[in-house]
Amino acid sequence: MADKPRIKLPKEAAKGEVIQIKTLVSHVMESGQRKDAQGKAIPRKIINKFACEFNGKPVFSCALEPAISANPYVQFSAKVDEAGTFKFSWTDDDGTVITAEEKIALKA
Amino acid sequence: MKAINRRQAFALGGGFVMLTLMPMAADAEVTNDAAKWIEKFTGGKQPAKGKISLDLPEIAENGNTVPLSINIESPMTAESYVKDVLIIADGNPNAGVATLSFTPLSGKAEASIRIRLATTQNVVAVAKMSDGTLFTEQKTVKVTIGGCGG
Repeated sequence: MADKPRIKLPKEAAKGEVIQIKTLVSHVMESGQRKDAQGKAIPRKIINKFACEFNGKPVFSCALEPAISANPYVQFSAKVDEAGTFKFSWTDDDGTVITAEEKIALKA
Repeated sequence: MKAINRRQAFALGGGFVMLTLMPMAADAEVTNDAAKWIEKFTGGKQPAKGKISLDLPEIAENGNTVPLSINIESPMTAESYVKDVLIIADGNPNAGVATLSFTPLSGKAEASIRIRLATTQNVVAVAKMSDGTLFTEQKTVKVTIGGCGG
């Protein structure tokens, strides 16, 4: 896969704080509706699932359809009760999975 | 610097023509299997209005990326939280847009995504709470340039 996903979240949070996480991954999200110069339909190729886990527990996930814009941007919230690692994954139609990790610490 | 170039002038002109030709928002037709998506999600139950705030631009100049934000009133505790949210667009070639799944760890039932809209249409959100109750909200978006180019 081309570029690394871009993820924005605070480095640390107070216990119980709800933080905002912004993610962006580079992907064409080919809808399957477009046709090429010869009039043939360009096959669908999209990210069909995005998921976020915190210390192994699911936080947020979404199933995506072709109606999601290219370079899918997903913003959501997470409640931080302990320090740990967020794991992000994007699943492509062809089965490849793009993953990323971000650590968060608790404010002293 | 010129205030407006030829390309922009065309885009503007086109936009006005589209707006004047556009039927009233309420007439936006359902052209796909939106009802089927909703039925599958709700299991045939009738969702109530409310709880959801769905934020979309009234007029989207470019249907290729339309920002969508959703926020659902909920305490988001283990006992009571928003489970799944179905988002559909009733004028796209395929009705489905996304299904968001929250957990109590989400803290807040809110999310933002960017979607494609082929034409002026209604965007509908249906939320399923952890106790099985359903809520719905819809917004009409006028689209000047469609986002399913072909």
